[in-house]
Amino acid sequence: MSPIISVSHLSKTYAGGRVALKDVSLEINKGEIFALLGPNGAGKTTLISIICGIVTPTAGQISAAGHDIIRDYRAARAMIGLVPQELTIDFFESVFATVKLSRGLFGKKPDDAYLESLLRDLALWDRKDSQARTLSGGMKRRLMIAKALSHEPNILFLDEPTAGVDVELRRGMWDLVRKLRAAGTTIILTTHYLEEAEEMADRVGVIRQGELILVEDKKRLMQQLGKKKLTLALSAPLAALPASLHAFALSLSDDGSELTYTYAEDGGTAPVAALLESLNAAGIGIADLRTEQSSLEDIFVGLIGKSS
Amino acid sequence: MNFQAIRAIWIYEMARMRRTMLQSIVSPVLSTALYFVVFGSAIGSRISHVGGVSYGAFIVPGLIMLNLLTQSISNASFGIYFPRFVGTIYEILSAPISAVEIVIAYVGAAAAKSIFLGLLTLATAAVFININILHPLWMLAFLLLTSVTFSLFGFVIGIWADSFEKLQLIPLLIVTPLTFLGGSFYSIDMLPPFWRNVTLINPVVYLISGFRWSFYGLSDINVGISLSMTLLFLALCLGIVAWIFKTGYRLKT
Ligand SMILES: Nc1ncnc2c1ncn2[C@@H]1O[C@H](COP(=O)(O)OP(=O)(O)OP(=O)(O)O)[C@@H](O)[C@H]1O
Ligand SMILES: [Mg+2]
Repeated sequence: MSPIISVSHLSKTYAGGRVALKDVSLEINKGEIFALLGPNGAGKTTLISIICGIVTPTAGQISAAGHDIIRDYRAARAMIGLVPQELTIDFFESVFATVKLSRGLFGKKPDDAYLESLLRDLALWDRKDSQARTLSGGMKRRLMIAKALSHEPNILFLDEPTAGVDVELRRGMWDLVRKLRAAGTTIILTTHYLEEAEEMADRVGVIRQGELILVEDKKRLMQQLGKKKLTLALSAPLAALPASLHAFALSLSDDGSELTYTYAEDGGTAPVAALLESLNAAGIGIADLRTEQSSLEDIFVGLIGKSS
Repeated sequence: MNFQAIRAIWIYEMARMRRTMLQSIVSPVLSTALYFVVFGSAIGSRISHVGGVSYGAFIVPGLIMLNLLTQSISNASFGIYFPRFVGTIYEILSAPISAVEIVIAYVGAAAAKSIFLGLLTLATAAVFININILHPLWMLAFLLLTSVTFSLFGFVIGIWADSFEKLQLIPLLIVTPLTFLGGSFYSIDMLPPFWRNVTLINPVVYLISGFRWSFYGLSDINVGISLSMTLLFLALCLGIVAWIFKTGYRLKT
């Protein structure tokens, strides 16, 4: 896959000296869903704002589909749609006029039929003549999305699209994002809901204090850093672990009735089978078992915690 | 050129102005009528003629300029301040649109509205008094030049302002006094020599003088100088706008 966005050695220091990004290099592949994760103030919005032309970089280059975002800004920006983190709409204008302006700003010919289908998809069509201030919060958010999609961008940035949005609407947005991806749109989203990244993303990037500390395929990330925990309820309590089991990362509960085995799922070896064999050989009976798997959330907390 | 964008902003701005059209129309019409009642009758009964023109007719170009300047500045400053204030400016900054196009769209829309209101002022005045325009094309040229120049000036204010108070500050503190002292209601020849020279620092004097010349062929100052001063102020505003976009002043961080 070829990169559709390429960021190289990007740094940003805001006036006043606050360093928001430090030497960030990143490539986004065409057609993927990329989730940008990081705690508050990590620099996610800054990164997106620079790519979209709202914030000026201090150092570094960025190109979108080969177009430098500064030298060749028209070609670069024409393909990008942005849903910013903040709800920003002209409250006194109607829904339809708002999306019409957005489409025009990006140099696209008026196309009311397209805008109608877009507003229908976002369940806003019956409010097309309403002033934006009369919409509910969720509708306003959908209007922000409609604005970003009004000019049919190839690349879509969603800066916390589901913050403060109810479960149903969040599911709806996930569906929309999947639909867009199926139509060939590249999507970069930031989120604080890790289940969202887990559910949606092809790849994940983690920013901490302006540094991109990790970029990884989501599945591989969960395999590599994800831990599995197998808990065995023993048929008879053990006083101590037999020596033959010391090779395994086992821990025995205080009352000796449960064994907990933590292991990484690396795909190749099958440590569980080996453990069960050894238990069998040692004559330890198993009454019950359960497994738990760490989520992206556990991984994320581990990453952010470990390196700070 | 991103003509679609210019068009879209233009249409959007015009729609916004239409929503407030009633207020916009009432103010110049009412103020013109009031000026005629107060200045035209009260003072006009004492000063019957200025340079061969009846006092009522004499103040018409100044009244139009007064409305033109106020409207140009307020329309243009609000037009660009509002997206900054509510945050929708992000969309303009992230669109494939150049500084020149942004200025053409916003300043053009503001200037168009103020020209309309300027002509409306003229029409209102024509209700009270007989007006002959000696050089109609020059009249329109001055109207256009002034509204564009002061819309640019308003655009600069709209970018500089970081509160609604500041947005009102310059029009209230500078433009209104300059217009009143700019010879709207008197010929600067009526002033003592010292004050006459002080007045010449006021750029509005040149606008009103040149504009009045296009009506009656009489002016306090040579028309060529009036025109040059207006063009100079236009160039100055263009320079500031160019600098704003080059540095991203108050637009980008
Ligand atoms: N306009 C600005 N001027 C000065 N500093 C800024 C500005 N915008 C952001 N910052 C600072 O830059 C850093 C990164 O901010 P940014 O908004 O990019 O974080 P974020 O990862 O998007 O956070 P969040 O998850 O809260 O949205 C923060 O320390 C922030 O205070
Ligand atoms: Mg943010």
